Amino acid sequence: MPKKQAKSKYTADRNIPGAFEGETVTRRRFMTGSAHLTGAIAASAFLLPALGFALGPIFEQHEQRWQPVGPPDEFPNDTYVPKVITISDGIGETGKTTVYIRKRNPALDTDKLPKGFEAEQFVAISTRCMHLGCPVRYTDAAQRFICPCHGGVYDFQGKVSGGPPVRPLDRFYNRVRNGQLEIGPRFSVNSELERFSPRDPGEPLDGIGQYLYPSRPSIRKLDSLPTN
Amino acid sequence: MPKLKLPAPPVPPGLRPAPKRPGAPKQSPLDQAADAGAHAVDWIDERTSLSGGLRWMMFRKVPKGTNWFYTLGSATLFAFVSQAVTGVFLAMYYRPDAAGGAYESIRHVNDDVFLGEFVHGMHKWGSSVMVILIFLHMARTFFFGAYKYPRELNWVIGVALLILTMAMAFTGYLLPFDQRSYWATVVGVNINGTGPLVGPYLSDFLRGGAEFGATTLSRFYAIHMMLIPGIIGALIGAHLYLVAKLGTTAPPWLKAQESDELVEERA
Repeated sequence: MPKKQAKSKYTADRNIPGAFEGETVTRRRFMTGSAHLTGAIAASAFLLPALGFALGPIFEQHEQRWQPVGPPDEFPNDTYVPKVITISDGIGETGKTTVYIRKRNPALDTDKLPKGFEAEQFVAISTRCMHLGCPVRYTDAAQRFICPCHGGVYDFQGKVSGGPPVRPLDRFYNRVRNGQLEIGPRFSVNSELERFSPRDPGEPLDGIGQYLYPSRPSIRKLDSLPTN
Repeated sequence: MPKLKLPAPPVPPGLRPAPKRPGAPKQSPLDQAADAGAHAVDWIDERTSLSGGLRWMMFRKVPKGTNWFYTLGSATLFAFVSQAVTGVFLAMYYRPDAAGGAYESIRHVNDDVFLGEFVHGMHKWGSSVMVILIFLHMARTFFFGAYKYPRELNWVIGVALLILTMAMAFTGYLLPFDQRSYWATVVGVNINGTGPLVGPYLSDFLRGGAEFGATTLSRFYAIHMMLIPGIIGALIGAHLYLVAKLGTTAPPWLKAQESDELVEERA
């Protein structure tokens, strides 16, 4: 049998009726392609915006503000005072959280304040357990933070002293303005109390952890205490 | 009437029309009613050819030894249908409002609405029933070896249905918006977040932001009542099509029947 001859790329050579000189794509093929392309454009016209709509919050910066909680004299340096702040607007009680606040104690808080935050005089600890996010409670008799869900225990500084939590309790930036202590955005710390942008619970920050659980665009850390 | 060409198992004898015995009265009112029904069905069938497909689906041959374990799939389907129906009616009263409206609407359903607590209870306990049944159905398939060639794709679809059912259970848990649902969802979203690299972004997607906020509840509600049920329905359709096309397996304790020739040879 003779070897089958390779087809010419020109439609005119293939005896396709109505072929033009130099045409390589048949009109049937062209129409099919155009119909598919039109369908794809029409579908992406609603799919892409819908997808962006659903994914947008991942890239939007979460609003962070400063909330006064009381005069600085109210907070001793040997125990915590609980205060309630709002972290999410428009949902009433659900958007509020408790912060445990005390004055920095030079004998205890030996961690160096980073550049730009030398003026920070208070320690504001978040009640969000770093195991899976349940609310911890400060127990004065034990000088410990205790989580009711899975038995996480933290010492007076918020460092893990037992149970499943993977890092110390989150903290909040704070400053004194107009005679009021103000609580600012949240930040996370590793076991050396080094500061990182806020991470969700269950995400360790020691060693490789800070790279496995990257900082998110929705919530970043501050470069310095805002002065205005 | 056009004769349907679809290969189909025969209609069981009980459903075949029998000719009248000689001497029977010609047309009783009951016969006329039956005729009217047959005409109506005929009218639809002439225009859709549905009867062939229905016969193909419903009068399948099943292997010897088919037993009660084979009903677990239908039981799961029934649980899904009951969830869908009770869910639609719960949606008539539910308000996905995180500022207190959601909790209040569920309280209203439970305390004030006629049969509200019953319908809500069916939906709540039915979800657990569905998860249990889907696992039993999966275990039946596994232990009977029914996932093997040529039914692997049906196993894969089944696993996707299992995952979607778990996603339904997770998103539905938040909706009553009491202390238990709120904290369980916080914990669940944070478990999502522990996945390396993508975890933090995944939990931002689920919450609709860095913190549990006003959109979190409506997000969960939309996923729970619109996104996943649609996908589950479509996949159940594919699952059932493959079951009908490939047939069910005989239980593993049944030996293959020897051919007649082989039996004769031995004798």
